[in-house]
Amino acid sequence: MDQIDKHIGRRAFIRNTGLAGGGLIIGFSWLNSCKPKNISTEQALEMPKEWFEINAYIKIGDNGVATIFCPNPEFGQGVMTAMPMIVAEELDISWKDVLVKQAPFNTELYERQFTGGSQGIRRSWEGLRMAGATAKQMLKQAAAEAWQVPVSGITVSDGVLSHEATGKTAGFGEMAAAASNMEVPENVETKAVKDFKIVSHSKKNVEGKQIVTGEPMFGLDYQYEGTLIAMVEHPPAFGLKLKSFDDSEVRNMPGIVDVFQINTYDDNFVRNFFDTNAFPDLVAIVGKTTWEVMNAKKKLKAEWEPITEKKLTFDRFGSISEVTVPSGLESTKKHDELMEKMASQPGEIARKDGDPESAFKNAAKVLERSYSCPFLAHNCMEPMNFFAHVTEEGIKLAGPSQAPSIIESTLASRLDVPAEKIEIEMTRMGGGFGRRAYGHYAIEAALISKQAKAPIKLVYSREDDMTFGIYRPSYQATYRAALDENNNLIAFHVKSGGVPESPLFANRFPAGAVDNYLAEQWVINSNITIGAFRAPRSNFTAGVEQAFLDEVAEAAGKDPIDFRLELLKRVKENPVGEENDYDPDRIAGVLKLVKEKSNWAQTPPGVHRGVSAYFCHNSYAAHVVDVVMDGDQPRVEKVTCAIDCGIVINPDAASLMAEGAIVDGIGNAMYGNMSFTDGKPDHSNFDTYKMIRQNEAPKEIEVHFVQNEIDPTGLGEPPFPPVFGALANALYKATGRRFTKQPFSTDKPPLVG
Amino acid sequence: MCLNFVSLFPSNSDIFMPSITIMAKLNLKINGEVKEVDVDPSTPVLWVLRDHLNLVGTKYGCGIAQCGACTVHLDGTATRSCMLTVSMVGNSEITTIEGLSENGDHPVQKAWLDVDVPQCGYCQAGQIMTAAALLDKNPNPSDEEIEMAMNGNICRCGTYLRIKKAVKIASENS
Repeated sequence: MDQIDKHIGRRAFIRNTGLAGGGLIIGFSWLNSCKPKNISTEQALEMPKEWFEINAYIKIGDNGVATIFCPNPEFGQGVMTAMPMIVAEELDISWKDVLVKQAPFNTELYERQFTGGSQGIRRSWEGLRMAGATAKQMLKQAAAEAWQVPVSGITVSDGVLSHEATGKTAGFGEMAAAASNMEVPENVETKAVKDFKIVSHSKKNVEGKQIVTGEPMFGLDYQYEGTLIAMVEHPPAFGLKLKSFDDSEVRNMPGIVDVFQINTYDDNFVRNFFDTNAFPDLVAIVGKTTWEVMNAKKKLKAEWEPITEKKLTFDRFGSISEVTVPSGLESTKKHDELMEKMASQPGEIARKDGDPESAFKNAAKVLERSYSCPFLAHNCMEPMNFFAHVTEEGIKLAGPSQAPSIIESTLASRLDVPAEKIEIEMTRMGGGFGRRAYGHYAIEAALISKQAKAPIKLVYSREDDMTFGIYRPSYQATYRAALDENNNLIAFHVKSGGVPESPLFANRFPAGAVDNYLAEQWVINSNITIGAFRAPRSNFTAGVEQAFLDEVAEAAGKDPIDFRLELLKRVKENPVGEENDYDPDRIAGVLKLVKEKSNWAQTPPGVHRGVSAYFCHNSYAAHVVDVVMDGDQPRVEKVTCAIDCGIVINPDAASLMAEGAIVDGIGNAMYGNMSFTDGKPDHSNFDTYKMIRQNEAPKEIEVHFVQNEIDPTGLGEPPFPPVFGALANALYKATGRRFTKQPFSTDKPPLVG
Repeated sequence: MCLNFVSLFPSNSDIFMPSITIMAKLNLKINGEVKEVDVDPSTPVLWVLRDHLNLVGTKYGCGIAQCGACTVHLDGTATRSCMLTVSMVGNSEITTIEGLSENGDHPVQKAWLDVDVPQCGYCQAGQIMTAAALLDKNPNPSDEEIEMAMNGNICRCGTYLRIKKAVKIASENS
């Protein structure tokens, strides 16, 4: 995602005159008109008579209350709380005087309003601190002028400005008006980590009360006067497209307003990075209420026809590439056969160190193991949806998106309107996991609104959501390791690929730790669309690599943690190659911490343990999974987790994120599975797509963070991938079997019965 | 409870297909008030709440009573509103998340805030309604009883441990 980030510039702190003035910058107008009950954090604070805008992140009221805007969209990762905490820290205001709001989507004011890649905090850290620190400096400057004293003599604490020599003090509210007219300082100091009072001190979710009282917050809850409901019908199988449709039974059904075809973009349209879409030709049904449109959709008769092979052009942040979409109706059975075939042939070499061929030939012991995983559906609890109101004057959109900037860019191009005429309101997202970076549903909503000449809310049914594509790809990997007569790892070989993407990270551990190393990859093209799914590629690679290393450690007669630590020591002291993209000390750090906290040396009786450690998205995570046998059924009793993500902004929320990643990891390792028959997804709802449930979650999860002062890195993804490996390793200890095919619950031969 | 190697899905007794298609005026008792709605009687309560009564706290997740996001109370019993047609409600009292307490201070809501349960938050109204109905009938549930009661509510973010913890705290405080 590097390409969509720009260096944090000064513009974010510059006052936005276009939005200046009192009142709210963004209007969740529907909150006022239809809110069933007035309970929110807003009510807990006394509202000022007047607000003064200090910069795009901060408004201060005449009573000292501050509104801090969270620039990034929230999908459960906690940025709505964490980002304002960083601003408030440097502003030096008391957290109880802070009101948090979602910022408007505005590329002039904010950088990288994107949720994904675990980069939110990492990329914004410096900018958010500067936003708070420059605002504080402007308040100090205002006080200095008011009191006719040097600014250097003014101190700030908890929203109070003081000048010790003269004994003068003033709250932020008293200086806010003057501060808002101050020059934005060029250079300001930020706080020392040891002086943090808000950052690294747990704060509750700022939207917790709205959530538990059922306030409208999500895209699906969005209301706007005169809004019609729209749904779309897409082909039942990948490899098919719309041929024709018959709406005669539908048009006269109760509540139905219009039925028509839309084309999200044609084959010549130059697509943005996240414009993945298997089904650009759709039938739209527009009506008054959701239930009426759902019923009408069932009566729609559509004919489908096979697609022919086509080439699509993608503009991936300036890099133009062509993608071939093959024709045909694909099946999981066929995918598996093809993957096995590719795995048996030489792949494209991505990295080679030393002489792996000779090393394997001369080895005392060679281990080999193959692994695979199926496609996965994201299954966000809030199905895809978006509000759109397209008029001659401009386009108003609102809904759940991880990447509103992509929607703006694609829509501007598709409808040939300037970006300035497109307004996007970011609602809270009912989950994302990567899925909501792909904004086809927002484009569809706009096209439907334009055609229907009305504000509409496009709603996907669960079935639409689960069968539209953009899945985690199916992957395969074969690992080989060579040991010498002293059980030293002398060669390592990974060959991996997938449909239609390789999961290989050629420069990650254990690359760098082995003299003779070979990494190969291959790809099988497909018309089933794939997309980012929580820690793309790592969500397979971490698990299988860590499962294989467990096996190698066992063959070498070594403790699995000690074995990894030995390899990491080698990387630190005498690394092989120069491209290794991880810090061996920090992987070792989380391994040592998880070893200590899990009391690894003393496994309780009846407990079977597996360990794993992995680096991705700039952070480090290690898990110890404890499995116990309940009769012939394994059960995850406890997971101990160690993470190094640098400075932890909101520790309790960070723990919650890791807890969720662990449960998600166990769920997808055990049950996650999207398979296909003749292009058709075999699952379309939660009756047959098994999601982890309450009784399958671990009894206990302990999360520990490495304490350091390294600039913070992300957390949404890093704790997820290694879960698969630690679970597989614990299951091996519990059952004596190596689980190599995800989902483990159906890995043959069946574990039970 | 175990990792289910055999697929297990909660059964739901109120699954049936709507068949009536005429519009009708119905009086519904919702959150202590009588609301008149003019809808096809086969309309699920979920969509009456969301599209006709502006009570959008009750969420759509699956439409087939498998995920629990749409849970409301029907005479105090946790019920999936996505498959409960409005014609089936009769004189029964419906309570939604908006009506669970006057000021968001039901012991379950308070416990949810104490534990800081939600991530994305979308499933939480359903989780809270299921938990509140459980505690109403069984004020001191065991871990296993909590798991059984909460098993029909999917949380995609994986907040299950905090949900269980919050149910226990609510049990102690109510």
